[in-house]
Amino acid sequence: MIEFISSLVPTNLAAHAPALLVVAPMFLAPIAAFMPNGRLAWILSILATGFSLVMAIVLLSQVRSIDEGAIISYAMGGWTPDAGIEFRIDSLNAMVLLLVSAIGFLAAIFSWPSVAAEIRDAKRAMFYAAYLVCFTGLTGVASTGDAFNLFVFLEISSIATYVLVALGARRDRRALPAAGNYLLMGTIGASFFVVGVGFLYAATGTLNMAELAVRLQAVPDSKAVFAGYAFIVVGLGIKAAMFPLHQWLPNAYAYSPSFVTMFLAATATKVAIYALVRFLFTVFGLEFSFEGSTLIWILMPMGIAAMIACSFQAVFQTDVRRTLAYSSVAQVGYMLLGISIGTAAGVSAGMFHLVNHALIKGALFMALAGVVLSYQGTSLNDLKGLGRSSPWTMTAFAIGAVSLIGVPLTAGFQSKYALVNALFEHGWWWAVAVVMFSSLLAVVYMGRILEAVFFRTPSNPNKRRQEAPLIILIPLWILALGNIWVGVQGGFVAGLADDAAAALFIGGAS
Amino acid sequence: MKGDHHVILRVVAKALIPVIAIYGFYVHFHGEYSPGGGFQAGVILAVSVILYSLIFGIAPAMRAITPGFARFIAGLGFIIYIGVGVWALAMGGNFLDYDALFREEPGGHLGQHTGIIVIEIGVLFAVAGSMVTIFYAFAGRVSEIRDEDW
Repeated sequence: MIEFISSLVPTNLAAHAPALLVVAPMFLAPIAAFMPNGRLAWILSILATGFSLVMAIVLLSQVRSIDEGAIISYAMGGWTPDAGIEFRIDSLNAMVLLLVSAIGFLAAIFSWPSVAAEIRDAKRAMFYAAYLVCFTGLTGVASTGDAFNLFVFLEISSIATYVLVALGARRDRRALPAAGNYLLMGTIGASFFVVGVGFLYAATGTLNMAELAVRLQAVPDSKAVFAGYAFIVVGLGIKAAMFPLHQWLPNAYAYSPSFVTMFLAATATKVAIYALVRFLFTVFGLEFSFEGSTLIWILMPMGIAAMIACSFQAVFQTDVRRTLAYSSVAQVGYMLLGISIGTAAGVSAGMFHLVNHALIKGALFMALAGVVLSYQGTSLNDLKGLGRSSPWTMTAFAIGAVSLIGVPLTAGFQSKYALVNALFEHGWWWAVAVVMFSSLLAVVYMGRILEAVFFRTPSNPNKRRQEAPLIILIPLWILALGNIWVGVQGGFVAGLADDAAAALFIGGAS
Repeated sequence: MKGDHHVILRVVAKALIPVIAIYGFYVHFHGEYSPGGGFQAGVILAVSVILYSLIFGIAPAMRAITPGFARFIAGLGFIIYIGVGVWALAMGGNFLDYDALFREEPGGHLGQHTGIIVIEIGVLFAVAGSMVTIFYAFAGRVSEIRDEDW
C-alpha cells in the first residue's frame, strides 16, 4: 500500500518531499484566507493536508527503503548543513509526520459541519487559514533538523493554536480566558526552549541537531550545557503537558471549537513529545540524559504522578470534554514513563502509545464533535441516552473508549502491553502495578460515560438529537476501525515505533 | 481652529508621516548594503499609519488604509515569500534556492540578487500589513458591554 502510493508520485516531486510536505499547507494558508467563503477554504485545507499526507507516505517509503532506516537530508535554499537549515527525516520523523498529516487530513474532511455550526460565517476562511498555519508548524517541527528552526515552527503552530482556541468563544465565552492562559503558558514554554537553545549555541557554536550531538561530546561538563538542558526540558515539557506543567490543557481542550479540540488532542502534544525525545536522545545523547544527569528522577515520577493524579481528576469531571482532557495528560504520563526507561523497548512502547493515543483521542473527540453538532452540550447529563438516538456515532465513541482503557483487541491494549513488557524487562515491576491501577481508573471514568450513553434514559427527551452527518461518520469510523486494526494486527504501527526507537539509539551514537 | 490644543501635534505629524514612510523605503532598499531590510522597513511603514491614527483618530486611518487592505497586504507578502521558494522548486532547485531561479551558470549572481530582493518585498508587505492589522484589532475594539452597564 505504502509502496503503491509512493510509486504513483513523480520522482521530481518525491525528491523534494521533505520541503513540499511543509510548503504545501504554508502556501495554501494565505490563499485560504483570501477565499470569499468558508467552503472554498475548507476544500483548500483538504487539498493541502491530503497532499502532505501523500508526501509523508513517500517519505516513509524512502526511509524504509533500506533495512536500518535511511536518513533523508534536505538542504533548504541549497545551503548545506551546518551553515544552512536542514530538514532531516529519519524513521522517527517519518512516523510522526505520517501521524500528523493523516490526522490532519481526516480532521480537515470532518471539520465542515462542525465549523459551520460553531464559527461565524465571516471568520470561516480565516479559521481554515489558521488551521493550515497550525498544521504547517506541526509538520515543520517534525521535519526540521535545526534547533532554532524547530523553535520557529513550534511558535508558528502555537500562535495559530491560540487563535483557534479563542474562536471557541462563540459557543462558550470561557474559551477566551482558556486561550489567554494557554498563550501565557505556551509563550513561557517557548521562551524557555529558545533560551536553552541559546545556551547550547553558546557552548558549541552550531544549531544543527546532528552537529550539536557531535560537538556536545566535547563539552561534557559545561555549566552552560546543563543550563540549556534544563531550559529545554522544561520548555518542551510545558508544550507537551508534562504533569505539573499541564494546567493550560484541560480548559484549552474543553472550550475550543470541537474540531480544534480533536486536532490538538491528537497532534499538538504528540509533536512536543517528539521534540522532547529528539533532544533527549539525539542531541544530548543517552549517557548525558539518563546516566550523567538525574533525568530519570524527573521524567519517571512525573509520568507516574500524571497517570494517577490526572486519572483521578478525570473521574470527578462532569464535562465529558474535560474528562478526556485530563485523561490526555494521564496518557502523556504513560508515554513519558516509557521514554524514561531509557531502553529501546521502552522508547518504542512510548512511541507506540503516542500513535495509538492519537487514534484514540481523535476518535473520541470526533464523536463528541458529532454530538455537539446536534445536541449542543457535552456534560455527562447531556450524553444520557445518546446511544439509542445516534448509535453509529456512539459505537465509534465506545470503541475509542475501550481502546483508551486498554481492552484486548484494541490499539490501547497493544501499546500498554508493550509498555508493561518493557517495564518488566527493566525490572520496574512496581511501575507495572501503577499502569494497571491507572488503567482501572480509566475503566471508572470512561465507564461512567459509557453507562450514561448506553444505559440511561435521556434527561431531556424533547430536545432534538440525531446521528452525526455522513461526512463526520466516515472519518470517525476510519479512526475507530484504525483502533481495532492496530489492536488485532499491531505489526505495522509497532514496526514504525520500533524503527523510530532504533533510529534514536543509532543516531545518538554516531 | 480656536481651542485646538493639538495643533502642534497635527502640524508636526503631517510633516513627519511622509518622511517616516520614505525613511521606511530607504531602510528597505538600503538593506542590501547596510543594516536594515524588509522587517525593519515594514515596522517603520506601519508606524507611519499608526502615528496617523493616533493623531487623527482610528476612523480616518481606517478609511485611508482599510483593515481589509492591511490584511490583504499581509497575506500577499506571505504569498510572495513562499512564491519565490516554489518558483525555485519549479525550476528544479531546492526550496528557496536562489541560484536555481534563472538556471544560471555557476558564478552568476542574478538569481541571488533577484531572490533576496523579492523575498524582502514579501517580508516588507507581510510585516507592515500584520503590524497595522494588529494595531487595528486592538485599537478598533469596541467593548461588548457598555461602560454604564457594569
